[in-house]
Amino acid sequence: MDATKPADNFRADVAHIGKSVLIRGELSGSEDLYLDGEVEGSIDLHEHSLTIGPHGRVRANVQARDVTVFGRVDGNIIGRDRVELKRSAVLAGDIATQRIVIEDGAFFKGSIDIKKEAPKQAVKAEAPKTMAAAAGAEMATTTQPSLLNETKY
Amino acid sequence: MASVTQSLFKFFRNESPADAGTKSSTTGIGSHLSRRSSGLAELTKALSGQESLSILDLGPTSPKNIAHITGLGHRVYNEDVLLASMDPAYAIKSEDGSPSINVEAFLAENLKHPVGQFDAVLCWDVPDYLHESLVKPAVERIASALKPGGTVLAFFHTKDAGPDAPYFRYHIAGADTLELQRGPQFRLQRVFNNRHIENLFREFGNIKFFLGRDNIREVLVVR
Repeated sequence: MDATKPADNFRADVAHIGKSVLIRGELSGSEDLYLDGEVEGSIDLHEHSLTIGPHGRVRANVQARDVTVFGRVDGNIIGRDRVELKRSAVLAGDIATQRIVIEDGAFFKGSIDIKKEAPKQAVKAEAPKTMAAAAGAEMATTTQPSLLNETKY
Repeated sequence: MASVTQSLFKFFRNESPADAGTKSSTTGIGSHLSRRSSGLAELTKALSGQESLSILDLGPTSPKNIAHITGLGHRVYNEDVLLASMDPAYAIKSEDGSPSINVEAFLAENLKHPVGQFDAVLCWDVPDYLHESLVKPAVERIASALKPGGTVLAFFHTKDAGPDAPYFRYHIAGADTLELQRGPQFRLQRVFNNRHIENLFREFGNIKFFLGRDNIREVLVVR
């Protein structure tokens, strides 16, 4: 299998943007997204994950829960939980996240700011407000499997 | 005394590189060499007990360096200036027709940092491989980006190993240990002697030299 190709790029529950698609402007959503095309502007997926495929070319600031990069990004990335740069990734921009994984071979120019995880009690205290704001739609994100066992930088 | 190059060749020939001050961490092609670094040890000591420092790594992107630095609670900035200087967009011909670099164009896009942003800069052996026209401006930019009292860790070859001298990537493997990984085949441009190094960093306040057993001179410079 091509090592640069994500294994799950055809999951049915993930929205796809193909490599021939060019988007200029603000891209936002409330579902996971696999992006293999071009985006100029901004990307905001709130509580969802974004995968930038090997053909993906992003000139935008990116914000999502998890961000995985196989392609090229010119812009800053805020990954609330985790950012992963695969070995084919090229990133010129700053990263702010709680956990980061960078494969050997990835090119990166910018700063990395590791945000400390909020204490669990604080998260619990915030939960009702968050859920109310999201009208219950975001409840699944509070029960997602923990990533704590994965490589933590 | 064997150089790092000779040590690597010995390694590939299954000879012991221990007398060169380096040792292989594993066996087989593609393995890393490890070496003790007095300069890194001194830098680690100087930074210990502090958190949320800003550290600039001028080498190729190293997951290990990022993990090590962020693990200590610091913010890391990565900028591979040597690779950036190879960008054909900066290539020009000098008056005598020899290949050169458009310094203004390079500096317009690289080493652009606010004054006094960083507490430490990991320069590695980048000055040995940078084009001549970029060395002085790059060091001036580094000096500008350092906070007063900030520290630069730089390595310099003590003798010319020739144009085929391998370029190594440096990965921090511990408080005083580095892993050396063979990188792209960049050409060694020059060898600085002590006087050259002192002149290069004359804007800085304090220079400390550590002579390694593998013909690498480590330099710790404090602004």
